[in-house]
Amino acid sequence: MSMDWLVPALLTIITAATPLVFAAVGETVVEKAGVLNLGVEGMMIIGAIAAFATAVSTGSGLLAVVTGAAAGLALAFIFGVLTVYLQSNQVATGLALTIFGLGLSALIGHGYVGKTFPGLPKLDIPGLTTIPIVGPILFGQDGLVYLSVASVALVAWFLSRTRGGLLVRAVGENHDAAHSIGYSVTLIRMAAILFGGAMAGIGGAYLSLAYTPLWVENMTAGRGWIALALVVFASWKPWRGFFGAYLFGGITIIQLYAQGMGVEVSAQFLSMLPYLATVIVLVIISRDEAKARLNAPACLGKNFHASG
Amino acid sequence: MLIRMEQRPEPSKSMVYVSPLIAVVLTILTAMVMFEIMGVDPVRAIVTFFIEPISSLNGFAELCVKATPLVLIGVGLSFGFQANVWNIGAEGQLTIGALAGGGLALAFYNDEFALLLPLMLIAGVAGGMAWAAIPALLKTRFNTNEILTSLMLTYVALLVLSYLVHGPWKDPDGQNFPESRLFNAAAMLPVLIEETRLNVGWLLALLVVAAGWVLMARHIIGFQIKVIGMAPMAASFAGYKEKRLVWLTLLISGGCAGLAGTIELSGAIGQIVPVISPGYGFTAIIVVFLGRLHPLGVLLAGLLMALTYLGGDSAQITMNLPNAVTGVFQGMLLFFLLASDVLIKYRFRLGAPSVAKEAGE
Repeated sequence: MSMDWLVPALLTIITAATPLVFAAVGETVVEKAGVLNLGVEGMMIIGAIAAFATAVSTGSGLLAVVTGAAAGLALAFIFGVLTVYLQSNQVATGLALTIFGLGLSALIGHGYVGKTFPGLPKLDIPGLTTIPIVGPILFGQDGLVYLSVASVALVAWFLSRTRGGLLVRAVGENHDAAHSIGYSVTLIRMAAILFGGAMAGIGGAYLSLAYTPLWVENMTAGRGWIALALVVFASWKPWRGFFGAYLFGGITIIQLYAQGMGVEVSAQFLSMLPYLATVIVLVIISRDEAKARLNAPACLGKNFHASG
Repeated sequence: MLIRMEQRPEPSKSMVYVSPLIAVVLTILTAMVMFEIMGVDPVRAIVTFFIEPISSLNGFAELCVKATPLVLIGVGLSFGFQANVWNIGAEGQLTIGALAGGGLALAFYNDEFALLLPLMLIAGVAGGMAWAAIPALLKTRFNTNEILTSLMLTYVALLVLSYLVHGPWKDPDGQNFPESRLFNAAAMLPVLIEETRLNVGWLLALLVVAAGWVLMARHIIGFQIKVIGMAPMAASFAGYKEKRLVWLTLLISGGCAGLAGTIELSGAIGQIVPVISPGYGFTAIIVVFLGRLHPLGVLLAGLLMALTYLGGDSAQITMNLPNAVTGVFQGMLLFFLLASDVLIKYRFRLGAPSVAKEAGE
């Protein structure tokens, strides 16, 4: 049997996993700080259109990624002001963020339907990129793929090895205790929320710049929600989230290759796979109630008010 | 700090009702600024959006047609939201309900009998309930988060719909369009006002509002739902069965969404098409919050949200604005509402807190 399909398959897994990696690792930090932001989908889609619009009008991939991150961050800022300062319900505010993001992106994207962008440049090191199999996978990706791996490593290190990471975990586990020894719960949470927004924005930017370099309304297609599920699946651990994202990338590939291999199933049923897989994964991970509770940050979803 | 937020001794009752009004006013003002930036005359845009659509009898009928699914789903969801059960997959339950009811209409497409319509409505409710039963089962049996499962199932439901209209349920005489056969007359809800689309579905929605109000305000189930939402510990001490209420709230909301789906087909559309709902299941979430989780409030909020859909259409036709403006309006309204709701529990004071008062608290 020929192995010709292997490299394209692995490359597809990487492109399908990368937006999930960005969004999930960002949301991991947010939830570690005790905040549940259900607006990941909204922040991703706004990142996608902001990045695409910038790419089309300036031609600069780097500027596009930065704009995508800034757009996600801007939406996260609204969420932060509402939940951290104005004590609004986190579930409802996150949903509002998603509805608003989907609407606003469609409004902005109106003029960008049908436009194209050549895609992000890929790394090309003479001698290395041409090595069979390993070459294109390790040395032939675009910058965002490397950034996604680096961000997982950085966040894992930050959360477990630094003082800042300890503070984030402290406000997530017990905000009253963190407050009483003099740390600003509001500032730490706000910072975590903004980081999560920027990461979701970059994840969205990857979709519209590299995954399919064009703009389609609702192009995130639930990936923000899958990223949220990945965070739970990974028990709030960055590296586990990374592998979870690649697992989902693998499921996406079944969808693309099953038909090529002559499997007689309607496209719609294959498209259901990532969503059904998410449900199954959630069932497996939440089955043991005591264990699930032990892993989750204790203050997740609870608002904090100093005088309260 | 010059302005500080101070907790009220008890939540303000009047603010509960004032806050949605503040939110509506702020949304309209922000929208006018947005139109100004887009280079559109703000006053004309607002008139086109909110006044023109309902300045005719037909417009008013359309308002009720669009409000029907929003109100139905909203009443259903308000039970769950009070009990902290977050079913956000109403869009999927609407779709499966519509397929159950619509499937029945297709099965009997050349049999016109009087019972067809009632059977379709029952099938719609059952379909929506069945789809909502999955997150209910997973939550009560495996402790799985219902927000994520109900939403994932929405994507699955939309794909089921797409499969059916592109495949087995496609009209065999329909030139390969992804649409089903037209329903026969016995499968259509009677029209209330001649020459409009206003149909009996609107009356059913009003009936559900009344039933929802009775259940919420006068029945022990409504009381238990409120207690479990506000004080879960107290509810468990009182012996309320939380799992039973999870099932109940999900089945109620799923059933209402399924009914809305069937009414949408047999009242407004008349066949199964690839897009049955323009996101009613998600907009209904805003309707619930704007309507203060109360059936009567949901009715008013549903009418207002229906107006944003009509406004979006009318702005697209007469001013050539993309109708995505509707989604922006809706999201903005919910933001402003959640922000104004801070006034229910807190008040803003000028100046620094006095030491004596701090000590007294």
